[in-house]
Amino acid sequence: MDKKLIYLDNAATTAILPEVLDKMMPYLTEYYGNPSSVYGLAGVSKEAIDKSRKTIADFIGAKENEIYFTAGGSESDNWAIKSAALAKKAKGKHIITTKIEHHAVLHTCEFLEKNGYEVSYIDVDEDGVVKLDELKKAIRPDTILISVMFANNEIGTIQPIKEIGQIAKENGILFHTDAVQAFGHLRINVDELNIDMLSASGHKFHGPKGTGIMYIRNSVKLEPLIHGGAQERKRRAGTHNVPGIVGMGAAIELADKNLEANAEKEIAIRDHLIERVMKEIPHVKLNGHKTNRLPNNANFSFSFIEGESMLMMLDAKGICCSSGSACTSGSLDPSHVLLAIGLPHEIAHGSLRVSMSEETTMEDIDYLVDNLKAIVERLRSMSPLYDDFVKKNS
Amino acid sequence: MYSEKVMDHFTNPRNVGEIENASGVGTVGNAKCGDIMRIYLDIDENQIIKDCKFKTFGCGAAVATSSMATEMVKGKSVEEALKLTNVAVMEALDGLPPVKVHCSLLAEEAVHAALWDYAQKNNIVIEGLEPPKADISEEEIDE
Repeated sequence: MDKKLIYLDNAATTAILPEVLDKMMPYLTEYYGNPSSVYGLAGVSKEAIDKSRKTIADFIGAKENEIYFTAGGSESDNWAIKSAALAKKAKGKHIITTKIEHHAVLHTCEFLEKNGYEVSYIDVDEDGVVKLDELKKAIRPDTILISVMFANNEIGTIQPIKEIGQIAKENGILFHTDAVQAFGHLRINVDELNIDMLSASGHKFHGPKGTGIMYIRNSVKLEPLIHGGAQERKRRAGTHNVPGIVGMGAAIELADKNLEANAEKEIAIRDHLIERVMKEIPHVKLNGHKTNRLPNNANFSFSFIEGESMLMMLDAKGICCSSGSACTSGSLDPSHVLLAIGLPHEIAHGSLRVSMSEETTMEDIDYLVDNLKAIVERLRSMSPLYDDFVKKNS
Repeated sequence: MYSEKVMDHFTNPRNVGEIENASGVGTVGNAKCGDIMRIYLDIDENQIIKDCKFKTFGCGAAVATSSMATEMVKGKSVEEALKLTNVAVMEALDGLPPVKVHCSLLAEEAVHAALWDYAQKNNIVIEGLEPPKADISEEEIDE
């Protein structure tokens, strides 16, 4: 494809960095041994896994034996919630989560509801921040788990994880956080933040797809989700995805080294984008917290137009973004996150998420905004809603 | 996910705009669900559709089906336009993904709604034409 490509959908997935791929390649070729075997070839794979595990453990201030490798963020979320529910069922069957979680959490909770558990879904404010007073009020003697995402995948809002961790700790409740969007992008220390379980996904920080991380505090005893062999200290069966695990470790090494520099650069670009869009395009709203948001996330709603049309027109210009419109969610309803922050349906349909990487440049953003202005104007010129609005206000 | 024809009608939609003092205007869909189509018809004294324009709020398929529907009724008699089905619109576009079939239904309904408006305004009965089913929601669109 020689067409210009500006990739601004890094919350969906990221490109594997060349340095990461280089480190993976030997494990896709010559070092193919199963790390659970005894001979020398297998030993190379085992060492590589141990090294990744240490890198990741150090990155979040955990012990090596608290890091488990999974096949992705969804698996980690499922494991944390289902196994915590099982482990604590003698104490109670009540779980607290929020209305803006990823479906890997929400649908797991719904599954548990069908199986005799009760779930409280806590509201967020208009910036997408979890209402702590509501969370506290929701706690009951039979509450066994609180699961709140670290940062939202659509609107980027960062949650008060430390406070939530503290509340959970004070009440003797397990605390799980889905950190898929934050991991590798924000500093996380599981002890300082009182996190008992954490989910992460390799392909969100320039690692390979099909790789995931689960942190489980040593004091928390969880049954496996995947039963079988003795891998991962008998808690997650299945032959290790050695190249994937190596890639994740390499990606975290880079993320750790460059985290502050990347964040600073991304924030400058993000704020430039927000400033230009808010200033140059009328009838637009910024979704999510203005400053307390992921460094690489911006999310807007443009009134009178629909998201998929916007994405298709951006794609024609070589720009990749995403939207929370119904058409992109595969249902008639727009994103549950946008509805939870109080957007009316028709405004939620016109949302656009821009998620950058450290490779994104100011020029990329200017190219996006220049095109976006024309696209929004064009779609509004075709929109009966805009017609009605203009006529009503003229 | 879309056929070349859908992409063509989305990228270069035919007959976008409005007709002043149109013989009939039909608006269907619901902003809540993310699709609103408005079709304008200019119908002469022989009940021939001389011109047809549209405005649409919606996804790629909604725009493409509106565009194709206006192309298909232009120059047709009122009776012929009434026979336009969503299946015909879809076939003309070389198909739609299953989740987008409702867009073609909306296009058919928009044409019918515009014809209904024309019939009401002129106090005529068009055989086989029923009042529009899908009413636009009355919710205010605020900023």
